[in-house]
Amino acid sequence: MADGVHEEVHRHPAPTGFIRKYIFSIDHKVIGIQYILLALTAVVVGLVMSVLMRMNLSWPGTNWPIMGTLFPTGAPGGVMSPEFYLSLVTMHGTIMVFFVLTTAPQGGFGNYFLPIQIGADDMAFPFLNMMSFWVTFVGFVVLLLAIFAEGNVTVGTWVSKLGESFAAGSGTVGPIGGWTGYAPLSALGKIAGPGQGAGVNLWIISIAIFCVGSLLGALNFITTLLNMRTRGMTLMRMPLTCWAWFTTAILALLSFPVLLGGGILLLLDRVAGTSFFIPGGLYVSGSLVPLHNGGSPLLWQHLFWFFGHPEVYIAILPGMGATSHILSTFARKPIFGYRAMVFAIFAIGMLGFFVWGHHMFMSGMSPYSAVAFSILTLSIGVPSAIKTFNWLGTLWGAKIRFTTPMLFAIGFVSLFVAGGITGLVLGQTSLDFFFHDTYFVTAHFHLVMGVASIFGMFAATYFWFPKMFGRLMSESLGKFHFWVTFIGVYAIFVPFHAMGMVGMPRRYAQFGEYEFLKNTHGLVLFVTVAAIITAVVQLVFYFNFFWSMFKGKKAGDNPWEATTLEWTIPSPPPHDNFAGIVPVVYRGPYEFAVPGAPQDYVMQTQPGEAAVGSH
Amino acid sequence: MGRVLGLVIWLITLGSVGMFVSKHWWFPESISEHGGAVDRQFTITILVVGIAFAAAQIGLGWVVWKYRDSSAATRATYSHGNNRLEVVWTVVTAVIFISLAVMGQRVWAALHLHAAPPGSYTVEVVAQQFSWNFHYHGKDNVFGRTDPKLIDDSALNYVGLDDTDPNAKDDAVVSTLVVPVNRPIELILKSKDVTHSFFVPQLRFKQDLVPGMAIPVHFTVNKTGKYELACAELCGMNHYKMKSYMLVLPEDEFNELVNLPQDKFQARRDELLNKYQLPQY
Amino acid sequence: MATVTSAKTAAKPGVGPGWPKPPGNNGSNGNGRGKWFGGRRPFSKDTYRITVWILLAAIVMMFVALASSYIVLSGNPEWQPVRMPRAFMFSTGLILISSVTMAAARHQLQQGPSRKYQGWLLATLLLGLAFLGCQYAGWKQLVNAGVFVSGNPHSSFYYLFTGAHGVHLLGGLTALAYLAVRSGRVLVGEANEKRSAATDAVTLYWHFMDGLWVSLFLLLWLWK
Repeated sequence: MADGVHEEVHRHPAPTGFIRKYIFSIDHKVIGIQYILLALTAVVVGLVMSVLMRMNLSWPGTNWPIMGTLFPTGAPGGVMSPEFYLSLVTMHGTIMVFFVLTTAPQGGFGNYFLPIQIGADDMAFPFLNMMSFWVTFVGFVVLLLAIFAEGNVTVGTWVSKLGESFAAGSGTVGPIGGWTGYAPLSALGKIAGPGQGAGVNLWIISIAIFCVGSLLGALNFITTLLNMRTRGMTLMRMPLTCWAWFTTAILALLSFPVLLGGGILLLLDRVAGTSFFIPGGLYVSGSLVPLHNGGSPLLWQHLFWFFGHPEVYIAILPGMGATSHILSTFARKPIFGYRAMVFAIFAIGMLGFFVWGHHMFMSGMSPYSAVAFSILTLSIGVPSAIKTFNWLGTLWGAKIRFTTPMLFAIGFVSLFVAGGITGLVLGQTSLDFFFHDTYFVTAHFHLVMGVASIFGMFAATYFWFPKMFGRLMSESLGKFHFWVTFIGVYAIFVPFHAMGMVGMPRRYAQFGEYEFLKNTHGLVLFVTVAAIITAVVQLVFYFNFFWSMFKGKKAGDNPWEATTLEWTIPSPPPHDNFAGIVPVVYRGPYEFAVPGAPQDYVMQTQPGEAAVGSH
Repeated sequence: MGRVLGLVIWLITLGSVGMFVSKHWWFPESISEHGGAVDRQFTITILVVGIAFAAAQIGLGWVVWKYRDSSAATRATYSHGNNRLEVVWTVVTAVIFISLAVMGQRVWAALHLHAAPPGSYTVEVVAQQFSWNFHYHGKDNVFGRTDPKLIDDSALNYVGLDDTDPNAKDDAVVSTLVVPVNRPIELILKSKDVTHSFFVPQLRFKQDLVPGMAIPVHFTVNKTGKYELACAELCGMNHYKMKSYMLVLPEDEFNELVNLPQDKFQARRDELLNKYQLPQY
Repeated sequence: MATVTSAKTAAKPGVGPGWPKPPGNNGSNGNGRGKWFGGRRPFSKDTYRITVWILLAAIVMMFVALASSYIVLSGNPEWQPVRMPRAFMFSTGLILISSVTMAAARHQLQQGPSRKYQGWLLATLLLGLAFLGCQYAGWKQLVNAGVFVSGNPHSSFYYLFTGAHGVHLLGGLTALAYLAVRSGRVLVGEANEKRSAATDAVTLYWHFMDGLWVSLFLLLWLWK
């Protein structure tokens, strides 16, 4: 029950009707769940694509009958063509980065829990919030359209009618330029390769739509956090999840518009004959390209990575916030160094804007700027290290309860260290001579983004599921999910470092052409087996998620004995969160093991003689 | 649960560190002058990285082992942190990371912040989907004029060499990079269509080839032999087999080769490709 | 800790001493004042203002990205400077005047809603539309001079900057139209406050659009 002043005021009524309640809802809780469901759908598509990629790399030239049936052009005779493989690479990256890692952590859990954790009844602009989800959803549909436009002859023929640069039906499942879409490969149109017609146009349009949806969300998050905190909820009493969502929103606000600008320029190069990224004098696929002149391929890279680097922090910061929150809760101990954690989140966010050039050391840009970018890049390691030390400090002297969310939070720490630490290698210009565009890079970013970030999401899901649905997820299924996934992801991505050590380049459809790669076949197979097992086990999570919604053990208001505001209201919460009451906050968010307190946790809304724990 | 988790984390740490320590999958042998410095910097870095990794994971495994909630009687230690500790570990980390960063610029500066030394042998590299073209200036040490408008793949004029230019008479354009051992090489890197990247692992060197740019780079190779050249920037569907070789020849063999006219150059190149073997992997 | 209080807290977590007297506002934004969860949510003047500033930050980032691209590409040898069409000079004058009329509208409103407020709003709206008309005329002048979207980057940027700015200005015009439509009524209390805050927000946005156009115009004209 919510503490504080019982200002009973007239509560605004909940919506009625299925459409207003579940489809076009302006309730941040429904919207949050919608984002989570979108991510849960997108990740399946991305995961299937990655398994197909692994199969192609491990057993090249094999006839997979189902591929032959579904994609007769892209996988003739059931054998995946190189362009088909590259389109999988591109779409896997695009779907995972945008529609999984930039939706669930922020739009999903952030939307659901930011207002509640700060004591608000909803976001500042509920209608805009609804728009941000549906705009994002449309972006996803357009990306799916790219798959069908390139992969399916019927849809492809129809899309080709839109214009020259919309040539489709190549047989791939989308563009082949990678999620980074470097120009001029992405700017020249289908003469540069299959999938580079309609696939690229739809890819750009999808991402542009996503930028708009993201911007609408960022507006809401920032305004809500600045303006709608409840009584007593000072900035330094906010849970670290809120700090993470706030910083992430600022990053999104300032970086997505740059991607939108770049995307518009790229689209114009393709459909309007401009030359922003295309230099003159090109000779492509046997003929001169006379119409373009004066553009700069490097300009695309600068614009893309100026967005791209903050984007990876957008992907990980919410997970860091959730980990801090969950670690403290199940360690039954305050977070170690709250102020330092806030500082670190901010430092990572701000520094993240100044290091984009480390993706471009080999690009041909000024070697002097490379030096500057390199030194700045390694300094981002410092706030990341602070966070790691503080997580360990939180666990030291703790009384750890090994619930499933706690396991995933601990897993996050382990995986973040494993992935982040290789940044020290890749961030040095002299070492990047060897490692750029090898599997060493792929190992690094998958461990941080593809795994640590996802573990943050798993932890958040298991933690907040009882609040969202009023029932607990199965602990035994959850633990099984954790163990196989934790060991599985290490089994997949640690070997990637070995492949990088040998010099294995990225985005190769096959490795058989080079002698220097011949000793990697065993590694490649090992990774594929681990990947298939890990991917299949995720079914257990899906089953647990949907089954527990209806049949899980009923949860009370505060099954985890946590301290923040969401645990003062019923599970699931009423439409306006606090049932007309203005919650009042008296203390910080991690008051566990307070000496003299009757229980080992003190809720934020618990009044006391002196407001303890404000920082 | 805490014990098992701690154990699993330690085992994973052991396996990961072991994979590196065993050097079973490692850089191929360095053949360049700067390669030794790169490898040394990597060793220092991976040592720091390895120690930090192991320490953090062992620490994590230890705390989850030791502080598992075994008895309900006591509570955790009520502590909001320790500012002094924060300052100490922040400063230590910053010093180590920044030092690594500064050290990591040395080879980069040597190769990129200085022009090719006088007496370098220059080769023009023109990449395309999906092959490599190497333009040699021949005996007169002057590159013949090239013009994109003259490019005609079907007529085998891959780089658009202007036949009317007298300097072009002794030029050769072949698909293999041939360089002299122990002599600085300058490459002028260009591309006809999309961005590619020049990568020979043994060289410890990589550079993108960007259309619209002519990027000069230089290095010195100190071991003869035949080495694979791989494209390292996604350039289209056959990126995975955009392959060639770098032949590193002793001075006399090299001089003999590069002064040959086009057709004899190619024939001799074929002989040499057969003569030299790839390293043992 | 006194036993009395601990007995109370032990019995029912959350019921502290001195219940139910609320503490003072200690540092939060004071949202505890005023009704919160009523049939309408209570209005906070700050909300509109904060949101417009945040929106402007995002818009700035996009135009900075485009302007940086402009500057980078202007260094390429294939860049061919384009002569500034007269229509754009004219439109610049129009938008500058529209900022004055917008400021006048806001000033009027502060003294109480009136026909004058409505008049100034409409003037701004008309000037905004005239501005867009002038921009279109500028496009026609470019085409007549053989300057098209494609080809030379400088020419592309003429169309791009005017187009992108125009799209954002349309958003501002929509907001203006909304204000104008509701400008006739006399409002009191919260509704009046809302209108006042909305006018402030739209004014801020409008001045920004003005300044943005002037910057883009100067860039196109002077940086060749």
